[in-house]
Amino acid sequence: MIASGPLMDAFVEMADTLVDEFDLIDFLHHLAEHTAAISEASSVGLLLGDHDDRLTFMAATSSSAEHLELYQIQNLEGPCLDCFRIHQPVIVTDLSKAGGRWPAFAPLAVSKGFHSVHAFPLRLRDQVLGALNVFGVEQLPLDDADVRVIQALADVATIALLQERALAAAETLTQQLQGALNSRIMIEQAKGVVAQSNGVPVTEAFEQMRRYARQHHALLSELAVAMVTGELDPKDLRT
Amino acid sequence: MSGADGDPWRRRRDLVRSSILAHLDNDEPGLVDLLAALCRGAAAHLELRGAAVNLMSSKGSEGVVAASDAACKDLVEMQFTSGEGPCHDAFALRRPVLAPDLASAREQRWRGYASLAVEAGVRSVFALPLHVGAAGLGVLDLYGEHPGALDDEQVAIALTFAQVATEILLDGRLTTADGNLDPDLESALDYRSEIFQAQGMLMIVLGIGLAESLSRMRAHAFGHGSPLVDLAHEIISGRVFEEGEI
Repeated sequence: MIASGPLMDAFVEMADTLVDEFDLIDFLHHLAEHTAAISEASSVGLLLGDHDDRLTFMAATSSSAEHLELYQIQNLEGPCLDCFRIHQPVIVTDLSKAGGRWPAFAPLAVSKGFHSVHAFPLRLRDQVLGALNVFGVEQLPLDDADVRVIQALADVATIALLQERALAAAETLTQQLQGALNSRIMIEQAKGVVAQSNGVPVTEAFEQMRRYARQHHALLSELAVAMVTGELDPKDLRT
Repeated sequence: MSGADGDPWRRRRDLVRSSILAHLDNDEPGLVDLLAALCRGAAAHLELRGAAVNLMSSKGSEGVVAASDAACKDLVEMQFTSGEGPCHDAFALRRPVLAPDLASAREQRWRGYASLAVEAGVRSVFALPLHVGAAGLGVLDLYGEHPGALDDEQVAIALTFAQVATEILLDGRLTTADGNLDPDLESALDYRSEIFQAQGMLMIVLGIGLAESLSRMRAHAFGHGSPLVDLAHEIISGRVFEEGEI
């Protein structure tokens, strides 16, 4: 189930990032992509709980409106909410049988072509900060070793969240979470600015931003601010 | 979200709302009255010395718009005469800055400001940015006369006060058009991605500021009694709003 080549790539890249200054949202997107490659899942997303324990979308392999709906609904019910509450991974290999458990989420996920769903907690001591959500278009059975690997990837997301500014400031968890949630909003706002300015869909706008940030060694959140303030012309992102 | 009693979001929103109402001293409150009541309510609920809302922009401080009392207004302004302080940092970093003991040896961030504040009888400062992503409106400063950190529940309540202050600044009110408080129309700063994407798009279309873009979207949605996210979907799917239409 677990692909060892992509796992090694992920390990090397993520370790490399975490020792230096990095952009949290960008990192979480990479982590979602790595998780998808490693687990052969079709779609992977990450949700964080805010100070009111409401789950908020942070990053995913696909952030099309279609997929966003799958994350949004999990504020009411779904594997992420369950995982967030019970502090344990939630493994469902056959979504078509989960209609009793999640009467709104399960049919929605099935209607988007998914047949399995798993959620892994972002654990920190006795708390859970959020969840990593893994969707498969096929029934995606996971054995114990697979579960441990994907849980380890969820743990890396927690480490990234804590690490982001740990060197710069002694911050509480709440401060770090608030910073992360706000960064994500900045990036959404910038996507809108780029999409409108360049006449592209928001998903393409995000790709343009990521590509530019990578090429210019810029942090995604700083690039987002430059887009919104007009410091940089969104047209410069087109290559 | 359901209105279940167990929903911490709903519970904290209700608490903040009733706290503002309890501290209003005006039957037809304007923006400043609401924010002053919010400052008094936050201080009372969190058992702190006082609070103030300072408006800010990328150019710096735009002045204290409301405070629980004159001394707290001074405490904010002191930060701008000394050129440093939690308010500055919270706005620049876009995250809460919590200083539970200004007199502590570990508190080296703003030595000038800390000694001025301690002299004025303040030992703790909690500065919460009034931000929506890259749109920064100001900072809610909370002042305590004793050293001590806020516990998790107090931090969550303080953040709710800051969210409501942000909404008041965006909407210019806490009320519906008929002057009544209408909890059904109240919308939290929803975290849905589409709202912020649409905010960025509308800003470019109309050539307005980022905060104003969200203000207009909220006013339009409230005015039509429709969810903000529906309007966001319309904007993203290409509906063009002309100036004056939204």
